Amino acid sequence: MSTFNTLLLGFISIVLINNLVFTKFLGICPYLGVSGRIDMAFGMGMAVTFVVTLSGTLTWIIDNWILAPLGLEVTRYVCFILVIAGAVQLVEMYVRKFFPSLYESFGIFLPLITTNCAILGLCLFINLWGIDNLLEAVVLSFGAGIGFTMAICIMAGIRENLKMVDVPDSLKGAPITLITAGLLTLAFMGFAGMIR
Amino acid sequence: MTKNSDTTASIYKETLLAGLWRENPVFRLLLGMCPTLAVTAAVKPALTMGLSVIFVLVCSNIVVSLMRNLLKPHLRILMFTLTISTFVTIADLFLRAFQPVMSETLGPYVPLIIVNCIIICRAEACASKNNLVVSIIDAIGMGVGFTLTLCVLASIRELLSTGMIFEAKVMPDWFVPWAAMSMPVGAFITLGLLLGLVNRLTKGKS
Repeated sequence: MSTFNTLLLGFISIVLINNLVFTKFLGICPYLGVSGRIDMAFGMGMAVTFVVTLSGTLTWIIDNWILAPLGLEVTRYVCFILVIAGAVQLVEMYVRKFFPSLYESFGIFLPLITTNCAILGLCLFINLWGIDNLLEAVVLSFGAGIGFTMAICIMAGIRENLKMVDVPDSLKGAPITLITAGLLTLAFMGFAGMIR
Repeated sequence: MTKNSDTTASIYKETLLAGLWRENPVFRLLLGMCPTLAVTAAVKPALTMGLSVIFVLVCSNIVVSLMRNLLKPHLRILMFTLTISTFVTIADLFLRAFQPVMSETLGPYVPLIIVNCIIICRAEACASKNNLVVSIIDAIGMGVGFTLTLCVLASIRELLSTGMIFEAKVMPDWFVPWAAMSMPVGAFITLGLLLGLVNRLTKGKS
């Protein structure tokens, strides 16, 4: 029961309270780049969720079962980025094969998931927080993906409505998106302190 | 001959200046947003971050430029990230050894330089196509442009959130610090307004 509680709390905290986009500034590039339409945002969120779950789990295993016993922590970053690049390659092949139209609309942003800070960031944070069991690492990685999907979908929803608004000329595009994002983080700060 | 060297010199100058303003990585290309937002709560970490990025950018541009003829298209990005992560590991170990406090403050954002889009973008757009000298100059221009932007953003945020710049008090006593500026909200909104300002300035010119 207590394990279940820890996992549930961990999941809620990474989705709402420690949301990677809103509190850690990770994954801002796709967050600003792909949040124009809600269906693309959702597809991107799903792709990132898959990659982050896979690579979060794999990097935890590599870090704890291979690098730590062998004393090779120095090569940690190189290993992490290799795992992530491999996972992204898998997703890219899968999407190209089964969802060609989605693949077209993603364009450059799909291979760029490799350089999505949210993914490497999560792997590093799992390492930093000293998560010491595999199950927790899996749940946290999955939660981070869900949190990212939620953030990017909310943003896409707002931006779709923003198209009908008269924004000052010099603020059009990225600036107004950033300001909106700022207000969103303000809203999400309401969750801070919910779980200690 | 003189004319030829003249044009080379002007190309170098162009490349250097492009990074500083015309193609400023943060304001014009919207690259490297994550560290821009994350480490700019105060000037000191921002400066450290900027210097680490310059180091990694110059080194990776040198290596990529030297091996540009050996690159295979589909393995390109992988090679770039591997090169970059090696240099980031060096920078991270250096910071941990000589600047332990700063390393603690920056935390995972130092290793996150690996996925900083600026570095990959420069490797792809410049170093993999140009010779060594142009690549190095481009790296310096871009790196300095990035650092300056970080410092501008960080000074605004530090000034408004604590009334200090570089940990020295500037504001008069009656100034009430805006706590929100040191939080994520402050980062997003300040950068948004700065971008708006830059848009306005450049529009007036053209």
